[in-house]
Amino acid sequence: MADTVAITLTVNGVERQADVEPRTLLVHFLREALGLTGTHVGCDTSQCGACAVSVGGVVVKSCTLLAVQADRAEVTTIEGLARDGQLDPVQQAFWDVHALQCGFCTPGMVMATHELLAHSPQPTDAEIRHGLEGNYCRCTGYHNIVRAVRLAAEKLAERESTAAAG
Amino acid sequence: MYPSAFGYYRAASVQEAVALLGEHPDAKLLAGGHSLIPAMKLRLATPSALVDLGSVAELRGIRQQGETIVIGAMTPHREIEYSTELAKTCPILPEAAAVIGDPLVRNRGTIGGSLAHADPAADFPACVLALGGTLTIQGTAGGRTVEAADFFQDMFATALQPGEVLTEIQVPARQPGVGMAYEKFAHPASRYAIVGVAAVVRMNRSVCEEARVAMTGATSKPTRLTKLEAALAGKPLDEATLKATCVNVVSPDGLLGDHTASATFRAHLTDVFAKRALQRAAERSTSR
Ligand SMILES: Cc1cc2nc3c(=O)[nH]c(=O)nc-3n(C[C@H](O)[C@H](O)[C@H](O)COP(=O)(O)OP(=O)(O)OC[C@H]3O[C@@H](n4cnc5c(N)ncnc54)[C@H](O)[C@@H]3O)c2cc1C
Ligand code: FES
Ligand code: FES
Repeated sequence: MADTVAITLTVNGVERQADVEPRTLLVHFLREALGLTGTHVGCDTSQCGACAVSVGGVVVKSCTLLAVQADRAEVTTIEGLARDGQLDPVQQAFWDVHALQCGFCTPGMVMATHELLAHSPQPTDAEIRHGLEGNYCRCTGYHNIVRAVRLAAEKLAERESTAAAG
Repeated sequence: MYPSAFGYYRAASVQEAVALLGEHPDAKLLAGGHSLIPAMKLRLATPSALVDLGSVAELRGIRQQGETIVIGAMTPHREIEYSTELAKTCPILPEAAAVIGDPLVRNRGTIGGSLAHADPAADFPACVLALGGTLTIQGTAGGRTVEAADFFQDMFATALQPGEVLTEIQVPARQPGVGMAYEKFAHPASRYAIVGVAAVVRMNRSVCEEARVAMTGATSKPTRLTKLEAALAGKPLDEATLKATCVNVVSPDGLLGDHTASATFRAHLTDVFAKRALQRAAERSTSR
């Protein structure tokens, strides 16, 4: 085995230290070392987005990132979105309009939706489809996913205006 | 899937990256990793070590120096896509960035990695060639500058020598009368270019003084469409001219072809996408 490298990263607000082999992919580190199995491995070839997580504030495919590349970064996975047992607005929107069937793609879809709405808070349907090009769903035909993103945009806007008023 | 084992070194500066490459001759540079890591997972690439450029701050960012735009090699596609400066000074780059892969790929992939990798289906190489860009390279012997036309040598082959780091890309800032556009026919699954055409035109009133048109996707390296460029000089870029000139722009002989798109189909696409790119470039030449 090659020499290991010491890394320190913050995952869902908790600081984690580990010695990893350089070839360890971030997705394997999250799933196997930290037990965060909400992040899925779908294609394992950088196409499907099931492995999407946020690293340093941007959403990336964690099957195409080495754990050592996430050293010193803030990482958020699907497990880090809910607060006090409450789903976050994007998760809730996927629940509300039934934007999933098997659910395998859902964690990645939710993460990619956060990325999309950070850049365009009120996307058109075309922008939603373009923004989710890196995430494949083999069940839903995407129709309800697009609806969920629209609803999530509304929920987030509502939360912003309540926060501003409060 | 995971790569075969390798040593990992994180460079803090270009100088350190060059030194590390000197110490580890079989090492490869790691930029965004979005071409290299997939290749390593498939064991198509098995470098003994990686030198990670991810922490080299001096390689990241976009700045203007007089009439030249300088882009650090480690600038991710997404930063180029959303750059408000580039939208004014070199709009073809944000336009091309926005159609690379998907948003998650664009968050990691870098312009330097894309140019150094020289994938024949990549988008930036044709744009940088059409713009007449130059690339700055650092090695143990110091720095040198290479014209885009000399940088791209063949499929996955560039002027970069072992031990060298691509540090910066320079492109001219847009002058009045210049318009530019990138149009691609994307592979339906991978989003790579089956054919992509970058057009940069300099207009004087409505007459084309100079057209620089480069294609990607169907040739082993990004290629200027010189016959078309010559046919456009001195003409108005109206529908009649484009219809007459964007015909059999390239011969299918020697073009790449596969089960998705034959060489004949790609030659046809080159006509269609050259026309679209030129049309939009001409329209944009009037904006300030
Ligand atoms: C799913 C998917 C879809 C994609 N679709 C497209 C697409 O539509 N269009 C497109 O153009 N690209 C596409 N790409 C490729 C993407 O743009 C890559 O990120 C890019 O080609 C390589 O950049 P990188 O920073 O990831 O480089 P890396 O993968 O880190 O490196 C690539 C190669 O370049 C070398 N290198 C990197 N940086 C330097 C440097 N500064 N100096 C010298 N050598 C260096 C490395 O050693 C390596 O050999 C896609 C990738 C994926 C995974
Ligand atoms: S598992 Fe990472 S993109 Fe499919
Ligand atoms: S719900 Fe099954 S893959 Fe999307």
